[in-house]
Amino acid sequence: MKLMKSMKNDYSLSGTMDFNYDELGLRVGLEVHQQLDTKAKLFCKCSTKLYEGSFEGVARIERYLRVTKSEIGEVDPAAVFEFMKGKKIIYLAPSNHTCGVELDEEPPHELNREALEIALGIAMGFKSKVVDEVHVMRKIVVDGSNTTGFQRTAIIALGGELDDDEGIVRIQTICLEEDSARKIDDLGDAVVYNLDRLGIPLIEIATAPDIKSPEQALRVASKIGLMLRLTNKVKRGLGTIRQDLNISIKDGAKIEIKGVQRLELLPKVIMYEVLRQLKLLEIKNELIRRGVREEDIQDRIYDVTNLFRDTKSRLISGNVSKGYKVYAACLKGFKGLLKLELQPGRRFGTELSDYARQWGGTSGIIHTDELPAYGISHDEVLELYKYLGANIESDAIVLTVGPEDRCINALRAVINRAKEALRGIPKETRAANEDGTTRYMRPQPGAARMYPETDVPPVKIDERIIKEALKYVPKDPGSVYDELVRKYSLSQELSRQLLRSPYITYFYELVQEFGDEIPPQYVASLLTIHIGSLRNEGVPVENLSIEVIKHALNALRQGRLSRDGVINVLREYALDNRRPISELIEKYSTALDIKYIYDAVHRVIDSNIDELVKRKDKAFNIVMGRVMNELRGKADGKLVAEVVKKVLNERLGHGY
Amino acid sequence: MDFTGSQVRPGDLVRIFKDGYVIEGIVMPLTEYSSKDLLVIKLSNGYNVGISIAGARIEVIKERYINIEELTAEEPRVSFVRGMSDKLISVISTGGTIVSKVEYGTGAVKPAITAEELLEFVPELKDLGSIEVVDLFRLLSENMDPDHWTAIANTVAKKLNGGVDGIVVTHGTDTMSYTASALAFALRNLPMPIAMVGSQRSSDRPSSDAALNLLSAAITSLNAPFGEVVVVMHGVISDSYSLVHRGVKVRKMHSSRRDAFQSINDLPLAKVDYSSRKLIMINSRYIKRCTKGELIVMPKFEKKVALVKAYPGFNHEIIDFLVDRGYRGIVIEGTGLGHISESCISSIRRAVEDDVIIAMATQAIFGRVNMNVYTTGRRLLLSGVLPASDMLPETAYVKLSWLLGNFSDLNEVRGLFTVNLVHEINEVHEERLFPKWYHGL
Repeated sequence: MKLMKSMKNDYSLSGTMDFNYDELGLRVGLEVHQQLDTKAKLFCKCSTKLYEGSFEGVARIERYLRVTKSEIGEVDPAAVFEFMKGKKIIYLAPSNHTCGVELDEEPPHELNREALEIALGIAMGFKSKVVDEVHVMRKIVVDGSNTTGFQRTAIIALGGELDDDEGIVRIQTICLEEDSARKIDDLGDAVVYNLDRLGIPLIEIATAPDIKSPEQALRVASKIGLMLRLTNKVKRGLGTIRQDLNISIKDGAKIEIKGVQRLELLPKVIMYEVLRQLKLLEIKNELIRRGVREEDIQDRIYDVTNLFRDTKSRLISGNVSKGYKVYAACLKGFKGLLKLELQPGRRFGTELSDYARQWGGTSGIIHTDELPAYGISHDEVLELYKYLGANIESDAIVLTVGPEDRCINALRAVINRAKEALRGIPKETRAANEDGTTRYMRPQPGAARMYPETDVPPVKIDERIIKEALKYVPKDPGSVYDELVRKYSLSQELSRQLLRSPYITYFYELVQEFGDEIPPQYVASLLTIHIGSLRNEGVPVENLSIEVIKHALNALRQGRLSRDGVINVLREYALDNRRPISELIEKYSTALDIKYIYDAVHRVIDSNIDELVKRKDKAFNIVMGRVMNELRGKADGKLVAEVVKKVLNERLGHGY
Repeated sequence: MDFTGSQVRPGDLVRIFKDGYVIEGIVMPLTEYSSKDLLVIKLSNGYNVGISIAGARIEVIKERYINIEELTAEEPRVSFVRGMSDKLISVISTGGTIVSKVEYGTGAVKPAITAEELLEFVPELKDLGSIEVVDLFRLLSENMDPDHWTAIANTVAKKLNGGVDGIVVTHGTDTMSYTASALAFALRNLPMPIAMVGSQRSSDRPSSDAALNLLSAAITSLNAPFGEVVVVMHGVISDSYSLVHRGVKVRKMHSSRRDAFQSINDLPLAKVDYSSRKLIMINSRYIKRCTKGELIVMPKFEKKVALVKAYPGFNHEIIDFLVDRGYRGIVIEGTGLGHISESCISSIRRAVEDDVIIAMATQAIFGRVNMNVYTTGRRLLLSGVLPASDMLPETAYVKLSWLLGNFSDLNEVRGLFTVNLVHEINEVHEERLFPKWYHGL
């Protein structure tokens, strides 16, 4: 509701954020991509750890990609789209993290057996039917994120299902595929990728469009994530799991949304997409009401540079002085519609601007619904309408500035998108923004983008592989919850938190290691509450490996660290993991023997004796506070409290 | 109607019922690795999966839903596409990765498409001129033999005499340098460079090096000042420039890299910059385009020539065998400065007495043979072995085959073998001719 108030449109659009998803016919399918924690990459022997050093002296390779046909002789529209952009691609290839395979200088090696076994184990956990022979395919992706121009991917299992409160959600396919390169910069006419991530094995679990509400999507994604973590063979941390969505409503279109990195964002993304589709349908209806027809929207693009000869707009004059030109197109009957908000902060004009950017590589568009602005005067707007022969009462005009070919491509895309508005909602692949809104990426790919990876022989799934894979079948989440509550006596809330956290498998490993010496309840709250608050502080907790936590807990067991000390050690290690953990344990060590605590307590009492005598009822708090301050987390609070009580009783009489 | 696995054919749209699952898709031909009790099914999402037919019920929804044969086999064509200038470039296609695509029968990349389709892949070629494509062979280069060299030489000669502005020969990379040497000896007084070109990543991939190599080859043949047979391939693994190598001095130095081709014991002739499309000369020692004399065509090659490598344990019987089988020439890829075990000397002597030409190149690849330094070398020389100077073993082999194919006087053959004909011998080895390797920081 709050959102609707922020939408100040000239046209009152119906709709509310309290959508009745049933009535709207919402259908959502999820694709969860998770990196596997294997020793080597999927098609070569490089490490799956990411490169953290500087790029100085790192090999730098420049490439271009071209679109090709699939074996059925079709060219994929998504692939053509990328080629039209003709961008230079720069690859950075750090040694030890990349080899000839990532550089596309050497054919792929055979499919990594460990990755296949883990993926098959996961598939069995979802009751998915494992295929009898795995065929690796090439999926054309020419945005540069794969040096080959395709992603290697294979279906390893079909079907399967997942229980949910709102009903069963079917699994469609489970794929094993290679992760793409990390985009690290966009220089306008070139994109820069780091190849360290390319080739890390990913499992992709795709559900049928059985999800009917944003909340259900969150639950299903969480459950899939939990089952993946229960294998203990998946990577942790931001970017190691990514969610894609396909969303449709009745009379709408099936829209793909890529790259939701935070789980919590899923419901918002779905809600905003429903909103966007409803708004686009309203625009369509409004256009029909105005009697606009597709043939009214002209393809003509006008060079209007001369109209801005004496412009005060720096945006325009700056570009024109570089030799660039100003181009315009008329969107007949669109007046006012470009400023309609489709999603918070994203107007229909923003959509058109995305098309211009993606197809033309221009910096976007300026449109008359937002003018006068950017230093463009009212008179110039009038001139523009006059020059294009457009009606200032009913038409919108779109402008773009830049090199000729880019502007033409950009405005062509804008005109085509405007025509689509009359038909409804174009099928698009969109990218998720941080705030849950989405932006246009490219047209949706078809099956034509897929052809066989002939360099990798197919793998027959025999009993031997299945036997190995059984090791990785995740436990059922329900039984894990029961176990946490019954066997480890965790509270229901703590059990749920632990299941939601990335560390469920750490918990099992740690309680096994430390047995009764460290209570499981403490281990559970360390992994959830304490590490959670470190994360909230902005500490990069993904640097905390199980080994590091083991070291810290071992020191706790030996009495060398207090519980506070454990947190301090973990915080500092996560912030700078170049220092050896043993050094940090030393730093926060409570190896101050008990005598040191006694000395500190006596010292504090001595120097505050008058105050303590006067305020006898507050004496404990005063001493406790000051001693803890002096020891600065090096001693366990409980222990200090005992000593303080004991000494106060001795020196000031009983009652503490 | 239900079918068994053997009754469904590639291209059929089927529905498979198995273990309570239903799988629908198009039957694909089995790959050579696939086990025979499987069907490979292309699902509607484009993925292929292998499904065992044991215990499966198969329903054919539509026979021949797609026509697999038609898609994989295409008729050879000679084709022409008018370009943006009045120049004519003749592209002679002989096969290899540069004109390859997926072949279902084997599941491997094989030469199958016509070179004409390359124009779809490299539209920029049309900016340079009209393109005529001669679909001569569709050979993987390991299957190329001296008869093919003859056919290629004759085709090139015909095109040159017919009047073209540029000639590009597409070729598989494995033996491209052999064919380049063969053409270099067989065709003289060239009015333009004959640009041989291949690719290390097949043209069915978006990352293929084929397009830029082809473009550079065409630019070279149209614009370069020399009249030599050259190999044009990526200079580095970036798509930044191609190198133009002298055909008799180039070698494939890596099994898979884009920049596998490098000039050995010589500088590359030129480079072609991709962004400016300009040819930049590197080497000033070259044969100029022939503007007056007539094209000389000597396209014959003797097939009874062998290239053998010396190694510890090499048995002289190998030489005896070749001589007994009527071989007329043997190039030994000797060790170091040009050696082979002394135990071979009597066999070599017998060969020379039987009028078999024995030549010696070095397996060290870089550098020159010098058989005067050690006793064995001197004894080999005295036995009648011809030193190949700094010729690549492959070039020496092709040169001997060409000499024996075109000259009947063996003294003439011996004389011509040791002198420089088309810059296959470089008398001056500057320091910069040897590559730099990584030795730590």
